[in-house]
Amino acid sequence: MSKQNKNIALKNKLINLFEENKNSIFKNEPQYISNLRNQAIEKFYQLGFPTTKMEGWRNTDLTKALSKNYNHFFSSKQNDVDVEELFKCEIHDFDTDIVSFLNGFYVNGNSQLRTMSDGTIVGSLAKAIKQYPEIFENYYNKNVQSDKNAFVTLNTAFAQDGLFIYVPDGVEVNKAIQMVSIINHNENLFIQNRNLIILGKNSRLTLVHCDDSINQQSSFNNSVTEIFVEENANLDHYKLQNLNNDSTLINSTFVYQKAGSNASTNSITLNGGLIRNDTFVKLNGQMCDANVYGVYLMDKTQHIDNHVFIDHVEPNCSSNELFKGILDEDATGVFNGHVLVRRNAQKTRAFQSNKNILLTDTASIDTQPFLEIYADDVKCGHGATVGQLDTEAMFYLRSRGITEANAKLLLMYAFAAEVINKISIKPLRDRIDDMVKKRLRGELSICDKCVLHCGSPAKEIHFDIDMSKV
Amino acid sequence: MLLNIRNLHVSIEGKEIVKGLDLSVNNGEVHAIMGPNGTGKSTLALAIAGKGEYTITQGEIIYKGKNINNMPPEDRAREGIFLGFQYPVEIPGVSITNFMRTAINEHREYKGLPPISAPEFLAKMEDKKKLVEIQSKLTNRSVNEGFSGGEKKKNEIFQMAMLEPTLSILDETDSGLDIDALRVVANGVNKLRTKENAFVIITHYQRLLEYIVPDFVHVLYDGRIVKSGGKRLAVELEEKGYDWIKKEFEMN
Ligand SMILES: Nc1ncnc2c1ncn2[C@@H]1O[C@H](COP(=O)(O)OP(=O)(O)OP(=O)(O)O)[C@@H](O)[C@H]1O
Ligand SMILES: [Mg+2]
Repeated sequence: MSKQNKNIALKNKLINLFEENKNSIFKNEPQYISNLRNQAIEKFYQLGFPTTKMEGWRNTDLTKALSKNYNHFFSSKQNDVDVEELFKCEIHDFDTDIVSFLNGFYVNGNSQLRTMSDGTIVGSLAKAIKQYPEIFENYYNKNVQSDKNAFVTLNTAFAQDGLFIYVPDGVEVNKAIQMVSIINHNENLFIQNRNLIILGKNSRLTLVHCDDSINQQSSFNNSVTEIFVEENANLDHYKLQNLNNDSTLINSTFVYQKAGSNASTNSITLNGGLIRNDTFVKLNGQMCDANVYGVYLMDKTQHIDNHVFIDHVEPNCSSNELFKGILDEDATGVFNGHVLVRRNAQKTRAFQSNKNILLTDTASIDTQPFLEIYADDVKCGHGATVGQLDTEAMFYLRSRGITEANAKLLLMYAFAAEVINKISIKPLRDRIDDMVKKRLRGELSICDKCVLHCGSPAKEIHFDIDMSKV
Repeated sequence: MLLNIRNLHVSIEGKEIVKGLDLSVNNGEVHAIMGPNGTGKSTLALAIAGKGEYTITQGEIIYKGKNINNMPPEDRAREGIFLGFQYPVEIPGVSITNFMRTAINEHREYKGLPPISAPEFLAKMEDKKKLVEIQSKLTNRSVNEGFSGGEKKKNEIFQMAMLEPTLSILDETDSGLDIDALRVVANGVNKLRTKENAFVIITHYQRLLEYIVPDFVHVLYDGRIVKSGGKRLAVELEEKGYDWIKKEFEMN
């Protein structure tokens, strides 16, 4: 079968699946949601899955991922695992409100949708659609590329559940909210996760989004997250990805910022078969700040693709991108940063940087930072580097008695630390720091879940000393 | 004998730089190596420390009775060899504190000792910082990153003090130091002098040798030691330059 045919096979399968089930599965939904689904499946039918012939997908080949046989479920399959056990972990020092998802569906247990004492609503998107139709009418599917992004259309057609957060105006959410999305099933799964996050005016939220897998089964997670950051609101968003080598994750995040708002996202990719992080930020008001950071540590035949599109619509905004990656063995990577500064967006400050270390001759990275500027009074800069570990530094460290393996670790860690140090919450930074070190030492397993600190405390890192604890 | 170098030939990228060099150093001795620019002093130092691209084509380096020609640099360090670099390398993102803690623990592991405790380590840091009079805030910074020339050299001496080597090779540690810093570095070295420890000091100036009095002075020229003498040789070189050495060498 040719490449094209395989893609079409899964495409047709999904479209048929939609048609066969739409009347039974989606029947109790508000009319406009059903309309969105129907429009979306139609659009998906026209677009089809992206191929390497298409702009933006030249270096990310989905053929293999799309040619697997997946099961697509319309309801949660939670009865075959002990959910309690799966999520039962203690958290050290870092007090979060955890929202758990298993195979794309909200995990039963507590009430599906909580209203916290400050008025913040957190929980299952499926429940929220029914309970807050007016919010959905205002925000849902409003800032996604619904006319040209195949994965978004596919997701909109099928999406049933995901994380919903609504932070009312003026509310600063004290505890970070942590979404833990775990894939654990004994068959290949195709999952359509959909999240909607709304930060009202002058509000503040820290959100940690973890994608983890527990077993080695193949999976395809087509995840779409819409985030609205209203005037003067502040968002601190972290994505932690620790998936197995047969998993595919397409993670599309759309951030819409209004005047005076700040949004920071940081993607930490520790493991995964094929991961595509598409981040779209629209700066649609003056005096906005957007920071998009990422670090990726890949090996074997893993593939990571970070695509960032920042749209400067209004004047006096700044955006800052920093992505750093270490690729080992036959791992491949793509970085594509596109900053658009529209004619009206004077006094824009926009910076992009992508730095890579390739540890082998067979690892590769395709990096393209790109500025498209139509305003004349702007400060913009971009740069990309691809290199090896500094041999002079290696010798210097070894000449002090540090073994080659540890010298390499120190240098790799030092390289990644620039991004890790941007994590503003200390316990979270320490945990991620620890995971990165473990990953670099080759000791991170895919069941090392995110910030959830399972089992015994991590063993002491002998090259690290925390002055505050002495 | 602590170090015994016999008929050493070292090539870099196929070009022979050290061309049959002999040098013996006993415990407790201080040797100074002088010589014109580009004659192979740093090459010798780096070859003793075990730098990969420096190929030993002939001869041997015997340290503590063992041929170390093929010993990896980290093992040489853990056997007590220390090189103070002429050009210390900047390592962004690695703090001096973490660097030294790692290094010390690697030395301890090699000796079968448990890792150093945090309080013990910090006390040692404080102690050695005083010895070389370096600013506290310097050790929280990345290794050599943005350091001034003099700060880099002081940092080399600080590392030497932390690691307590048996054989220290200091490659132009005095270059770029102000007069006070030079005294500080010299005092640091003198405090570390014991009956066991030996020093090989590569320098262009006799001034350092007024503070660290050498037992032997050697002149390295064209990849060989062409003249050796006592501390007075350094004074003579300072007065007369190298021309007479070159003439002597060419006549033989
Ligand atoms: N990596 C290298 N590749 C090629 N040639 C080299 C390399 N390193 C040193 N050389 C050459 O080897 C010779 C000796 O260099 P070396 O650094 O040992 O001299 P030196 O005696 O220490 O000089 P100085 O007093 O200026 O420090 C020089 O001609 C130098 O150019
Ligand atoms: Mg030199």
